[in-house]
Amino acid sequence: MPLDGKKIRNYIFLFMFFLFLMNCASKEEEIYTPIAYNLKVPALFSEKLIGPLIPVNNPLTEEGVTLGKKLFFEKLLSRDNTQSCATCHSPKKAFTDQLQFSLGINNNLGTRNAMPLFNLAWNFSERFSWDGQDFSLENQAFTPITNPIEMDANWQEVTAKLQNHPTYPDLFLRAFGTAKIDSTLVVKAIAQFERTLISANSKFDKYLRDEATLTSAEKNGFTIFMEEEKGDCFHCHGSENNPLWTDNEFHNNGLDRNFTDLGLGAITGDPRDNGKFKTPSIRNLAFTAPYMHDGRFATLEEVIEFYSTGLQPSSTIDPLMKQINRGGVNLSTQEKADLKAFLLTLSDFDFVNSPAFQE
Amino acid sequence: MKKIVSLFLIVILFSSCKDDVECCVNPGGSVTLKFTHNWNGTPITEADFNQLKFTNANGDQLSIEKLRYVITNINLLDTKNRNLVDLGQNTGLSLTIPNQKADLINLKFRFGFKDEDNTDGIYQDLNTVNFNVPNMLGGGYHYMQFDGKFVAANNQEAGFNYHAIRAVNRTDPNNLVFKDTSFEVDLGEIEIINDTTIEIKMNVAEWFKNPNTWNLNELNTVLMPNFDAQILMNENGQSVFSLGEITQ
Repeated sequence: MPLDGKKIRNYIFLFMFFLFLMNCASKEEEIYTPIAYNLKVPALFSEKLIGPLIPVNNPLTEEGVTLGKKLFFEKLLSRDNTQSCATCHSPKKAFTDQLQFSLGINNNLGTRNAMPLFNLAWNFSERFSWDGQDFSLENQAFTPITNPIEMDANWQEVTAKLQNHPTYPDLFLRAFGTAKIDSTLVVKAIAQFERTLISANSKFDKYLRDEATLTSAEKNGFTIFMEEEKGDCFHCHGSENNPLWTDNEFHNNGLDRNFTDLGLGAITGDPRDNGKFKTPSIRNLAFTAPYMHDGRFATLEEVIEFYSTGLQPSSTIDPLMKQINRGGVNLSTQEKADLKAFLLTLSDFDFVNSPAFQE
Repeated sequence: MKKIVSLFLIVILFSSCKDDVECCVNPGGSVTLKFTHNWNGTPITEADFNQLKFTNANGDQLSIEKLRYVITNINLLDTKNRNLVDLGQNTGLSLTIPNQKADLINLKFRFGFKDEDNTDGIYQDLNTVNFNVPNMLGGGYHYMQFDGKFVAANNQEAGFNYHAIRAVNRTDPNNLVFKDTSFEVDLGEIEIINDTTIEIKMNVAEWFKNPNTWNLNELNTVLMPNFDAQILMNENGQSVFSLGEITQ
């Protein structure tokens, strides 16, 4: 039956209306709401510590963390596409590189030992790096990408590379609601991933949960750690009541009589801060040698010997460093061995082997 | 008609009385406790830290590098409470308590923790800043961490850690003997009329002075396990706090 003109007009109208609705529907699909990431806070942390610090302008999302992880291992972030964050912060090494100083893309050596990365969401002072130069985890992520002795890139080129990548624009769209990539979104994503790096399953954690027992040497080592007249480590490095095992503050622990590296003092400009460096966590020491801000000690034995007999006086040495005129508290050979045994109970093999953190 | 007029006048009278009462009652307001520190009257701030600019009653020249302490059970608050004052970090120096009725109050608080409140590991804020006391000393929390350096008798600089905790006698490690060395501070009566700021002064020099003259050459570090030193700190602490300026 032939269609008359009126019917044809009606069909055309209906067809146009259908197209209009389809258009609206596809626009709705483009607005993607990322899924909130459920950060699994270990029971010991929620029991003992105040909650993790998550910035209101960068909440954790599934898509943001996934993107951050991909970016953490992304070599496009360096000028010549040879280095990623993971080059110096390897998951298997508790996110260090086990080198005294890291090697940049131009074969330049840095001047500081790569810091391990874990439990960063509990750094309430928000000062990151050995000298506290970076305020907030997001700002910290900016630093190595443009540093000439590290990744030596510029943001214009990095964001262009990511923008032209086949998958990144869509990943940014899903994580942040825009496919236009900029440096702020890159560091936000990396910071989201870094906040998920939680280490809380060492032998000592299991001991606190009644899931493991310590040897007598390990127990004695913990006693030495806690005794004020022995190690007196707890005032800075925490205790069973602070599972971070750091105060996240800055101290001069007596490494040098004269400073070649001013540490925090170079950042604040305050001579009272000269020679002060961030207290590192003593978790995962088995994976993070060499030690101190300049990686001067290759072994834990050297570290313990330094605290026992090697303290150097200076104007800013922390008053918690005792018996400096004797170099320290002079632990016995057995005490030093036991202290080392205890420190190694804080090694978290599940953390360094976690598939969630590998490339 | 007379009754109506009388009733009207009574209503007016009562309304008038009510207004009179309201106009003369003080409204009360918030009370802000402001913690200040001085050395025998000379103000101390973080800017004075790390300088050998103080001399104690024993004649020891000294510096302050850390000064933080906890006060608890401020009686203006109904529930258990605590405030960590950290002069070096400039935190806890001011505490505002809202909605205080106009009243004559007797302001009291405790320096440190009463034994019943000094349970090991239960305060997340204090765990986070490493304010704990080791379990071999009974656990719980520091009352104060006061660190600095002094010029020792040999003319060398040395550190001191004037750390106040619950006194513990460890003569028998399996049977620790404790003495609660926290103490109540009573600042006396204060009239709250409206928003009020109350200065609570700590004279840091008193920790070394009254009634025990403190010799830093003898008592400098490892004072936490020193029962007698904790008793001396408790005695000297009694005169450390005083009421300062009240503004409202």
